[in-house]
Amino acid sequence: MTDTPARPEPPPSALSAAYWEGLRRGELLLQVCANCGVPRHYPRLLCCECYHDGVHWCAASGRGRVHSWTVAHYAYHPAFAAELPYTLVTVDLEEGPRALGRWYGGALAIGLPVRVRIVQREAGPELCFEVADAAAS
Amino acid sequence: MSLAERACVSGVGETAYVRGSPKSAFELQIEAALAAIADAGLRPRDIDGVIPIGIVSGIAEDFIDNFAIPDLHFSAVIPHGGASPVMALQAAASVVASGICRHVLIAFGRNVSAAANKAGARIHAMPQFHYVTEFEHPLGNSAPAQIYAPMARRHMELYGTRVEHFGAVAVACREHAMLNERAIMKKPITLEDHRNSRLIADPFRLLDCSLESDGGAAVVVSAAAAGHDAPRPRVLISGVATGHPDSPASITQRPDMTSLGLAKAAPRAFRMAGVTPADIEVAEIYDCFTYAVIRQLEDMGFCAKGEGGPFVADGRLRLGGALPTNTHGGLLSQAHVWGLNHVVELVRQLRGEAGRAQVAGARLGLVTGYGDLGDGAIAIMRRG
Repeated sequence: MTDTPARPEPPPSALSAAYWEGLRRGELLLQVCANCGVPRHYPRLLCCECYHDGVHWCAASGRGRVHSWTVAHYAYHPAFAAELPYTLVTVDLEEGPRALGRWYGGALAIGLPVRVRIVQREAGPELCFEVADAAAS
Repeated sequence: MSLAERACVSGVGETAYVRGSPKSAFELQIEAALAAIADAGLRPRDIDGVIPIGIVSGIAEDFIDNFAIPDLHFSAVIPHGGASPVMALQAAASVVASGICRHVLIAFGRNVSAAANKAGARIHAMPQFHYVTEFEHPLGNSAPAQIYAPMARRHMELYGTRVEHFGAVAVACREHAMLNERAIMKKPITLEDHRNSRLIADPFRLLDCSLESDGGAAVVVSAAAAGHDAPRPRVLISGVATGHPDSPASITQRPDMTSLGLAKAAPRAFRMAGVTPADIEVAEIYDCFTYAVIRQLEDMGFCAKGEGGPFVADGRLRLGGALPTNTHGGLLSQAHVWGLNHVVELVRQLRGEAGRAQVAGARLGLVTGYGDLGDGAIAIMRRG
């Protein structure tokens, strides 16, 4: 059989280069406004609180809670056909913004405490979440 | 000065809706445009404003060239996906009410049968999806079914919305499509068929998802006074408004994932029209997914937030129900032309030209648009 096609790669963007570098190092980085300290995600030009464009890139705690999810049963890109069914989880990060990641665990529920896990794959780093270890939180 | 009833829809037109048209998107757009212009009793060169829908078919210059329009006064592109046709009604009404134009053409054609045009591929060429393309597509969140599914899942978890509620929308649309010779889907479905259809992106099943189809649709918006000269009964735009959700480019980042731009737009449109949801006799609601109809009914105030599921149960949306909805079959069962077919259907209903799906005596109705990741638009129209 033919090899699985490569996963789509994120188009390069100056605004988010630091985010992807962070993920490749195993860190989930968020933009934090250099003026007023409000964190934001996905990476964008301006802080919508104070309209400042300076940012610090700060590591998220990695802790969050499940906001919602879907289980994909149909692959709209051939790279994912062999992974069906797969789960995408939307997480409220402790810092406020949300993140989307893959979920390889069991049953999901809104509010379930989770933590980030970053898997390095051929196409690039993959943001995942897993059940937070109660003892560690 | 209010825009209420300063403009009317004077002409509507459609092509046949099919899967796998040999015609290009532009050919389909022109065919529909010529039909709408003829329906309005006009010649193509009478058009003095044009709003091509989307960027995949003809642009304003193509209409000037092909119609020999001597003096185009206005053109615009409204890049909000399925909200664009109803948003275009607002723009067209504004320019005819202000005297800039007399007759504005809104026209769309699409041919999505080629692999490069499938939903999971084409959105990544659109700038409004850039967050999805960069941060979500690499994870396998590639197409609208997957992107919207978490909204529906959260609605189910928070409010108890059920699979049967989604099914009620699908069944109503299919029943209406069965009455419409222009509809693609001709096979009856039941709630059980809906539940048993294969999962695409949980909680969405195949029968929760709109069609991928080829075709064209068009309308002509004229100044209200000019509408008296048109051959068909005049359909006035009584209220029209557009709205955007917070974080419009990313559902993931939206403060309330279940909120839509329509929630902001609908109160403005009802105020402009001077009517309430209880007055509406027929509704054409953008149905990219069954869930989207339920959520928009809440956003427009037909029921409270979270009550959309029970609201659509028991046949309320069917012909003969309290709120006949998507009387042409909708995007779910007629065809998907970004909801311009919904505008065409509402005009036909209010003219009394809707054939076997006619809502008896309907004089007041509404149409919504839903674009990209939650941009919204609504037009309330009245025969008059």
